[in-house]
Amino acid sequence: MGPFLSAALLPLNDPGHYFHWHFLEISAANAIVIASMVVVFVLALVLPFPGRRRRKENQ
Amino acid sequence: MSTSEIDRQWTTRLRRRGFGKLPPEKMLPDTQPSYVASWIYVFGVATISALIVVIATGCVLAIFGPQWWHVSNIGHFVNSLHLWSVEIFFFSMVVHLWGKYFMAAWRGGRAMTWITGMVLFLMSVVTALTGYVSQTNFDSQWISTQAKDAINSTGGGAFFNLLNPGQMLMWHIVLMPLVLVLLVGAHVVMVRIKGVVPPFEENVGADQ
Repeated sequence: MGPFLSAALLPLNDPGHYFHWHFLEISAANAIVIASMVVVFVLALVLPFPGRRRRKENQ
Repeated sequence: MSTSEIDRQWTTRLRRRGFGKLPPEKMLPDTQPSYVASWIYVFGVATISALIVVIATGCVLAIFGPQWWHVSNIGHFVNSLHLWSVEIFFFSMVVHLWGKYFMAAWRGGRAMTWITGMVLFLMSVVTALTGYVSQTNFDSQWISTQAKDAINSTGGGAFFNLLNPGQMLMWHIVLMPLVLVLLVGAHVVMVRIKGVVPPFEENVGADQ
């Protein structure tokens, strides 16, 4: 187990980080995942899809 | 055998009904409408791709067992592949869910497609929970002793016991994958029958 933990990018033996705001509590890991999903969702809406212009011209 | 006898056979009737609803060119189409050329439409198939990796790595874990995935290097690696493909599975599924929600993908008689998708999401959560408590480590002990109280408060603990590792493992590797694969199949078939939901501006005049 040692080599894997020492090779990890983040210290996995330390307690996790949490954000508190009034009654809300969320771990930093979960907050990062949710924020990433929002970013990917927005990028999926705005980034051009490869070949889209060519398909429209063919129709 | 007469023609009328052949027409009455259940195999004949099932084949005609199946191909009538979903002809091969609709099941595996050559082209898609132009509006499908957007990144927001890739997350459904990304979810299925991740599920294939989840099932494949799960099969490898099932072959070699807990001692292998806890102590050997390759076991750690396959165990990590199983975990991270699950992360990608849920990540893609949630973005797919948001996309379908904001395009009101239940339009045009697609209510059952939406409902099977929601059931799949909930079943996936149950599958993940049974997986977390099947790791055979301190993490699974902690999760099972915490989650049992939530399940018991619903009355479900009478038949779904998180402290029973055998039951949890069987649910995780037999029952839940079977349910998920069948539901994913039904979900995809429904998408193929009705087609991908069009954007709002292209849906003018269509049944709501």
